[in-house]
Amino acid sequence: MQTLERIIEEHPFFEGLDHGFMDLVLGCATNVRFGKDTYIFKEGDTANTFYLIRQGNVALEIFAPQRKPIIVATLGEGEILGWSWLLPPYHWKFHAHVLQDTRAIALDGKCLRKKCEENHDLGYEVLKRFAGIVAQRLESTRFQLLDVFSAQK
Amino acid sequence: MTAAAAQLDVMVPSACVLKQVTKETPDTFTLTVARENGNGENAFAPGQFSMLWVFGVGELPISISGDPSRHEELVYTVRSVGKATHALVSQKPGTEIGVRGPFGNGWPFAAARGHDVIIVAGGIGLAPLRPMIYEVFRNRAEYGRLVILYGARSPRELLYRKELAAWARQPETQVLVTVDYGGIGWHGHVGVVTTLFKYARLHPARSVAMICGPEIMMRFVTRQLQEHGLQEQNIYLSMERNMKCAAGFCGHCQYGKHFICKDGPVFSYAEIGQLLDKYEL
Amino acid sequence: MATRAQTPRAPRKKREPSPTRTSPRVNAELTSKGNGSQPKPNSGNASGKAAPVSKSVRTNQRPALITPEQFEKLIATLITDGFDVIGPCVRDGAITYEPVKSVRDLPAGWGDEQEPARYRLKKSDSPAFFAYSLGAQSWKPYLHPAEVRLFAGEKQDSAFHILNNEDTARSRVFLGVRACELAAIQSQDRVLLGDKYRDPIYAARRESAFIIAVQCSHAAATCFCSSLGTGPKVSDGFDLLLSELVDKDGHRFVIEAGTDRGMGLLARLDAKPSPEADLAAVESAVASARQQQRKLDTTGLKEFLYENFDHPHWDKVAARCLSCANCTMACPTCFCTTVDDATDVTGTHAERWRRWDSCFTQSFSYIHGGSVRTSAKARYRQWMTHKLAAWIDQFGSSGCVGCGRCITWCPAAIDLTEEVRAMREGGVRADA
Repeated sequence: MQTLERIIEEHPFFEGLDHGFMDLVLGCATNVRFGKDTYIFKEGDTANTFYLIRQGNVALEIFAPQRKPIIVATLGEGEILGWSWLLPPYHWKFHAHVLQDTRAIALDGKCLRKKCEENHDLGYEVLKRFAGIVAQRLESTRFQLLDVFSAQK
Repeated sequence: MTAAAAQLDVMVPSACVLKQVTKETPDTFTLTVARENGNGENAFAPGQFSMLWVFGVGELPISISGDPSRHEELVYTVRSVGKATHALVSQKPGTEIGVRGPFGNGWPFAAARGHDVIIVAGGIGLAPLRPMIYEVFRNRAEYGRLVILYGARSPRELLYRKELAAWARQPETQVLVTVDYGGIGWHGHVGVVTTLFKYARLHPARSVAMICGPEIMMRFVTRQLQEHGLQEQNIYLSMERNMKCAAGFCGHCQYGKHFICKDGPVFSYAEIGQLLDKYEL
Repeated sequence: MATRAQTPRAPRKKREPSPTRTSPRVNAELTSKGNGSQPKPNSGNASGKAAPVSKSVRTNQRPALITPEQFEKLIATLITDGFDVIGPCVRDGAITYEPVKSVRDLPAGWGDEQEPARYRLKKSDSPAFFAYSLGAQSWKPYLHPAEVRLFAGEKQDSAFHILNNEDTARSRVFLGVRACELAAIQSQDRVLLGDKYRDPIYAARRESAFIIAVQCSHAAATCFCSSLGTGPKVSDGFDLLLSELVDKDGHRFVIEAGTDRGMGLLARLDAKPSPEADLAAVESAVASARQQQRKLDTTGLKEFLYENFDHPHWDKVAARCLSCANCTMACPTCFCTTVDDATDVTGTHAERWRRWDSCFTQSFSYIHGGSVRTSAKARYRQWMTHKLAAWIDQFGSSGCVGCGRCITWCPAAIDLTEEVRAMREGGVRADA
C-alpha cells in the first residue's frame, strides 16, 4: 500500500491535491495487471473505473462492419485511461485493447463519484483535472482530424 | 570550380545519372544520383536541397536525404504527388536527370554540437532531417542525447522503418514513432506527433530542436517545445514555399522578408515565429 | 479608358557577334553597377551583398552644350560604334522605348498626361524630344527580358546535354533614362547581381548597356520620386546626362559625362562648354519637377506595414483590385519570374524559358495542395508590403522608385500613395 500511495502522490494528475483528498482517492485505488491482447473494457460496458497506466500500452479501438478495428489513440506510461465513469450514462465509448502487458492502478469511479458528490471541493478538483485531460485529447483529436499528411488536400 | 563559373551555372542543371530508385511507401521513393565529381567540392550540408529537373517536364526543389559524408552520390526522397514528381520517381535507373544546387542554409549542425538534439519529423519531413541524423551518428561524441520523434499518417506511410529501428538501438538515442491512423498489426503509438512528448526524455536547457513537417504540425510541435522550456533560438524549422529558381531571382519563395531558397529553408523560431500564425502571408 | 500598357517586343535575336565585345571605341570600364567613372578592380562584383550604389565621381570636365545637330551626331556615332540605340518613340498612343536611328524617330513635341488609370499623349509645337515625363514601360524588358530562354537540352537515349546558350543580345544604348528609371535599374542590380548569386542574362545585358540619362523638367501627376529620394534630379549611374532646354535662345542640350567612356564619346562631339545661365535653367526645371509631385510618406513605413498585416484597409483595396498584374508588369523593379519547360514533338529537344510572373496570380504561391495566397487581399498586401517594406530588409532600399506607373496602369485606379495614406489614417477612404 505504501508503494501505491507513493505512485499516486507522485503522479502529475494528483499533484497538489491536499492530504485529506489524497486519502479519499487512495481508499478507491488498487493495483491491476492486464495481459497482452486482452481488453480492459469494451464499448457499451458499464464504466465504473479509471486507470493510471504505470507500464504498457493500451489502444482505444472502435470497429465498424467490414472494417478492421480502428485505433483512435494509444495510451502509455503515466497516462490516464477512461473518463466515461465520470458522467452519466457511465458507459464506455471505445474498447481498451491491451497492446503490451500493462500494469496500472485502478481507481474505483463509483466510489470516487460518491465522494465527489458528498464533497464538492473534491469534486471540483477531480473535474478540473479531468477537464485538462479531455481538453488535451480533444486538441490532439482535432489535429489528427486535420489529416495533415494526406496527399489530397 | 571558380566563383564565376559557379555563377554562370546557377540556372543550368548538370546531367547526373540516376543509379537507383527505392520504394519507401506507396507514393514515396528514394532516388540515388551519381555525383558529377565526388571530390567534396560540392559537398552539401544536412538540410540543403537541390533542384531536380526531368528532361522537358519540369523542375522541383527536393531535399537531400542522404549521408553528407558520401560524396560519390546524392540521395533524395520524393513523394509523388503531381506531374513532375511522378515523372521524377518514374525515371529508370541509368537515365540522366538534371541537378542544380545544393541550395539553402541547412540545419545549424555546428551550433548544435555540444547539445542534445531533438528531431521532430512529420511524414516526408523526415527526409531533410535524415542527413542531420547521419551527421550526429558520424560525429557521435560531438553531440549529447539524440531524441527522434516521428509521426506519419499510417504505418505503411512511415519512411525508413529499418533505419528507425536501428537508430533506436544506438546508445544515448531515443526513437519514438507514432501514426495518426493505426490498424491491426500496428502495436506502436497512435496519435499525433505531439502526443509523443510525454514519453520523450528531454533536457530542454541543453537541447536544440529541429523540426520538419506540414506547417500545422510544426506550429503544434513548436508550442510543445516551448512549454517544455526550449528557447526560441534553439528551435529550428524547415519551411516550404513555391520555388522556381532557388537563387533568389524568381521571387516566389518569399516568406515575409525572407527568401526561403537562400535565407532558409531552415529558420529559427526566433526568426520566423511571428510569421507562422499569419494566414496567407 | 487608358491605353493598356504593352510589353515591348522581345529583343531581336540576331546571330551577329556583339560588336562591343570586340571593338567598341567607347567601351571603357563600366562596373556591373554602372555607377562610377572610376575604374573598379572588381567589376564583376562576384560575391557578397552589393555595395550600396555610390555616387559617381564627377569628371572635372564642365558640362557642355550641344545642338540638336550634335545630338543627331551622337546617335549616329553610337550606331556606328555598333550599339543598338533604344530611345523614346510614339507607338500605339504611348511613349515606348524602341530602337531609334535618328532624332527624327524621337517624340518631338509629344507630352503625356498621366493620372490613375489614365494615360494620354498630347502634341505641342515644341521641338523638345523629351517633353513627356516617362515611357509607359520602363527599360526593364531590355535588361530583364519578359521572356528568355534559360537553356536548351538535347536528349540521346538516357543521356542529355545542355546546349551552349550564349546570349546574343546586342549592346544597347538606353537613350532618355529618367532619374527614377536609373534608380530602378540600380534596384534590379541589387536583386539580380548583388546578392548570393548572379543572373548571367541580366549581367550580360547590364554590363554592355550605355546609359544616356535625361533630366526631368516636369512631373506627371502620378510621379512621386522625390518622396523616395530617387529623383527628379539625376545624380549618378549614367554614362552621359542630357538636360534639354527649349527657350528664346533655341533648342539645345546641356550634356555631361559620368564615366570615362561617356567622356570619350563627348570628346568626339566637339561640344562647347555650357553657359552658366543654362546650368541654372536646368536646375530650375528640375526644381519645378520636384514641386509638381504627389507625396508618399515613407517615414517608418516599413514598420507600419509589418505591423499592419491585419489592417482592415487591405479588404477595401482588395474589393477594387482585379488581380490583373498590370502594376507588376509596369513596375520597373518587379523582378519575379516563372519558368516553363517544353519539348519538341519527338521529346528529344527540350527548352526552359523564363517569363515574368506576378505575385498577383493565384499560381504564384502554389505549393502541393493549393495556393498560399488565395485572396486578392493577400496578394495586394504581399505586393505592397514587399515593395515598400520587405525590400528594404532584403536589398537595402525601398523597392519603389516613385515612377507612378502602377498608378497610371491600374485599370481600377488604385494608387499606392493613397492606399498608404488611407491605411495610416485608419483605413477609412473618403470614397469608401
